Amino acid sequence: MTEQRKALALISGGLDSLLAARVMQEQGIHVEGVNFYTGFCVEGHTHAIRYKDRQKPKRNNALWVAEQLGIKLHIIDIVEEYKDIVLNPRHGYGAHLNPCLDCKIFMVHKALEWMRAHGFDFIVTGEVIGQRPMSQRKDTLPVVARESEAHDLLVRPLCGKNLPPTLPEREGWIQRAGLYDFSGRSRKPQMALAARFGLQDYAQPSGGCCFLTDEQYSHKLADLWQARGERRYEMDDIMLLKVGRHIRPRPHFKLIVAREEGEGNFLQGYRKDYCSLTPLSHPGPLTLIDGTPGDAEIELAARIVARYSQGRGAEQVELEYQNRQGNSRRLRVTPLPPHEIPQEWYL
Amino acid sequence: MSEPKKILLDARRLLCPMPVIRVQNAVAGLRPGDRVEATCSDPGVLHDIPAWCRINGHRVLESRGEGADYILLVEVGGP
Repeated sequence: MTEQRKALALISGGLDSLLAARVMQEQGIHVEGVNFYTGFCVEGHTHAIRYKDRQKPKRNNALWVAEQLGIKLHIIDIVEEYKDIVLNPRHGYGAHLNPCLDCKIFMVHKALEWMRAHGFDFIVTGEVIGQRPMSQRKDTLPVVARESEAHDLLVRPLCGKNLPPTLPEREGWIQRAGLYDFSGRSRKPQMALAARFGLQDYAQPSGGCCFLTDEQYSHKLADLWQARGERRYEMDDIMLLKVGRHIRPRPHFKLIVAREEGEGNFLQGYRKDYCSLTPLSHPGPLTLIDGTPGDAEIELAARIVARYSQGRGAEQVELEYQNRQGNSRRLRVTPLPPHEIPQEWYL
Repeated sequence: MSEPKKILLDARRLLCPMPVIRVQNAVAGLRPGDRVEATCSDPGVLHDIPAWCRINGHRVLESRGEGADYILLVEVGGP
């Protein structure tokens, strides 16, 4: 009896990785999935934080894909190791702070380590030549295979016919004839294949499952590094960049203003780590202060927060200022008129 | 035969998929029949932990809200 070969598929939750794994299952391969959590994954976070988003149907697409395929999914926390990829990408950034090529190399390498540790035979990805401007080009796919050290153990079922035969093909574990020759940015071939497999419900391709591909998010991250005078981040930093309205009135401090109740509740959890402002006389947003404002600047911050409270039209708004030690005091300020908040303060 | 173990896991303040990862890592060191009780604050766990359990052969025995927290009791399945 022939030994059933085992493949580890990188599952992002998108259509391509779903199809790639499915194509391997069609060839009788035992497939399990791996999903890497970088801290920048779009999955879930804002749904969890913002009340208005809680009404939307919530699902983790990687888990959902695994369930559709009937495969196990291993979710791996790579937050710490991933920092070096974000901070020092050998191949540089894409349009924003997205180190897509280094990211793909890193993830395939991590998958290779997992594959070896668990007795699997090869790796599968949903990459397609020409699909992405940085990491999925004809000249960069070989770079991923080489620098991840996966070499010919890396199978791309959706475009495998356009690539040199891999070890699993040469050994007869999989049939080249059962691979595909997709290329380019069109999604039509993938959609047609999904229809052939009877898959109707899948994550709509929207160009990114990573906050680093988002212009505004990248701008806030770059601002964080500039304000600190060094390129580093902690998990809390990157979470907070996803929440609230960020306003930097001075280089040495910024405000994170909750936009709604859910964000306010989320920011409450950070009050012991940051100075904060809370409107008392009128309903208004909890605001964290990241940095070290002086007394006059605390008043400026309070005037900005008052502007976002329901007392924005009032003569005076009373707020509570709390420092990191938990000591608080009250202050009364005139809300800052919107035209006195320069656009460049908004991040 | 020893009594099944029960591990208490505090996954509050963690957003999905981190609570799922914590449960997954806890389960990795347990035997079939052992249990993990996870206390979480992200409502996303009500969907994600059961989904993870279904695809990996484990069972959610109980899922309840307690104040602002969500508590899920997971029983480890076979290999």
